[in-house]
Amino acid sequence: MRELRLMKGNEAIAEAAIRCGVDAYYGYPITPQSEIMEYLTMEEPHKRTGMVVLQAESEIASIHMVYGAAGCGKMTMTSSSSPGISLMAEAISYMAGAELPCLIINVQRGGPGLGTIQPGQADYFQATKGGGHGDYNLIVLAPSSVQEMADFVGLSFDLAFKYRNPVLMLSDGAIGQMMEKVYLPAQKERLTDEEIEKRYSDWATFGKKANRERNIITSLSLESEVQEKHNFKLQAKYAKISQDEVRFERIACDDAEYLLVGYGTSARICQKVIQLGREKGIKIGLLRPITLWPFPSEEISKLANQVKGILSVEMSAGQMVYDVKLAVEGKVKVMHFGRFGGMIPSPDEVLHALEEKLIHN
Amino acid sequence: MTEEIIIAGFGGQGVLSMGKILAYSGIMQDQEVSWMPSYGPEMRGGTANVTVILSSERISSPVINRFDTAIILNQQSMDKFEKMVKPGGVLLYDNNGITHPPTRKDINIYLVEAAKESALMGSTITFNMIVLGAYLQIKPIVNMENVIKGLKKSIPERHHKMLPLNEQAILRGHEIVKQIQETKSILV
Repeated sequence: MRELRLMKGNEAIAEAAIRCGVDAYYGYPITPQSEIMEYLTMEEPHKRTGMVVLQAESEIASIHMVYGAAGCGKMTMTSSSSPGISLMAEAISYMAGAELPCLIINVQRGGPGLGTIQPGQADYFQATKGGGHGDYNLIVLAPSSVQEMADFVGLSFDLAFKYRNPVLMLSDGAIGQMMEKVYLPAQKERLTDEEIEKRYSDWATFGKKANRERNIITSLSLESEVQEKHNFKLQAKYAKISQDEVRFERIACDDAEYLLVGYGTSARICQKVIQLGREKGIKIGLLRPITLWPFPSEEISKLANQVKGILSVEMSAGQMVYDVKLAVEGKVKVMHFGRFGGMIPSPDEVLHALEEKLIHN
Repeated sequence: MTEEIIIAGFGGQGVLSMGKILAYSGIMQDQEVSWMPSYGPEMRGGTANVTVILSSERISSPVINRFDTAIILNQQSMDKFEKMVKPGGVLLYDNNGITHPPTRKDINIYLVEAAKESALMGSTITFNMIVLGAYLQIKPIVNMENVIKGLKKSIPERHHKMLPLNEQAILRGHEIVKQIQETKSILV
């Protein structure tokens, strides 16, 4: 039985985490995502499921607590906003190297630096192209409603454990702060230590028994041949994820002559733009990437054969637009429109940009 | 049916909670709802506003710049949001502290003297419910029964003894709202 509530996006994440049977949350407060830990602290989930909620002394400490707990095969997560995620970058690279499952949530704000506390989407490169060092990828999910904030918690952990890879939910301050209707999942039990041992005994470290080899969790290998082999293994995993886990939503694409590409809050604004455009006789569609990595390149490439022009709409100075251009391979004109530094574009502005950049040009 | 509303005033006037009650009332009538607050510096003492959308369909953008209704409770918000009301739309305001009343001719303008009335009722916390009552008199998009349900949902249980006073304030808002300009423009 699913339960209906009116919640902020941040609160929906927190409640979904408890209900998904997450073992531990470690975090450090920062606007605009502080409600996640606030909600968890108020709910006292240790009384409901035994879940640990701990405010660490910094973002660096919290991500390393995640690293440790994930190494034990536990479902573990953290959340922060842009500057805090930058602090975590080193450990995220280590966890990708050590192939550990976890969920990291970035409720983005405007940057660079401390920037602003208002919403932004300028961490796309950081999320999808690294952030930390080395050849690694995170699976990146982009919720665009409060419902998806809740739904993607469970999905993230499914993917994280399926591929033994960190998953990043790339949200933003608008979706974190706004309230919508949300159907919450039913309560799941947390895994017992015995169940964890049964499922993850080939990699997790929870005390070595005499009947098996020692599991070692590390991202360090001083022999280059071994490290290259490990990289080949990672790349094969990333190729598999790219093939099997691309997610997107097509809105009004079937007869579209112009295509918007947008994720998260921008995708919501774009849906209004479709309506305004169609009232004026401009057939606009929206391709909304749900996974930012792997990126829905193939679908965008297909749509490029059909439309006269594509506008990438982001609350950044133009980041995702590079991936759109790579997917389109010059078949049609691809332009970018964005507001940034905490500003949210209005539907009118986006429609105007589309007309200026693609139709009258 | 889609109703796009901005409620704007000072922090502490109950702007956000009024929006929340409206959103909850919408849920009680099986509508789609979104509640998008201004947050940050505003909630620390300056202006506060919230965009509330109630719709029978999936809500597209929770962030909009044209409104069916603007509920305006201070001068800064009047300066910012009067121009964002759709032609033929509704502007409802409290004239307490308003030095420049609205001037547009293509919208319907209503006045509710809620600050004055809440003082007369002996409890200034009724202010936002008087405004809500005035709004629901103009646009009865949710019925009273569901508003009461919405109130119960959004007020912590320890404050439920205040429910009768809130209901009384809503009814008072129904009574005292005055239309001061009617426009013939058709909503586009």
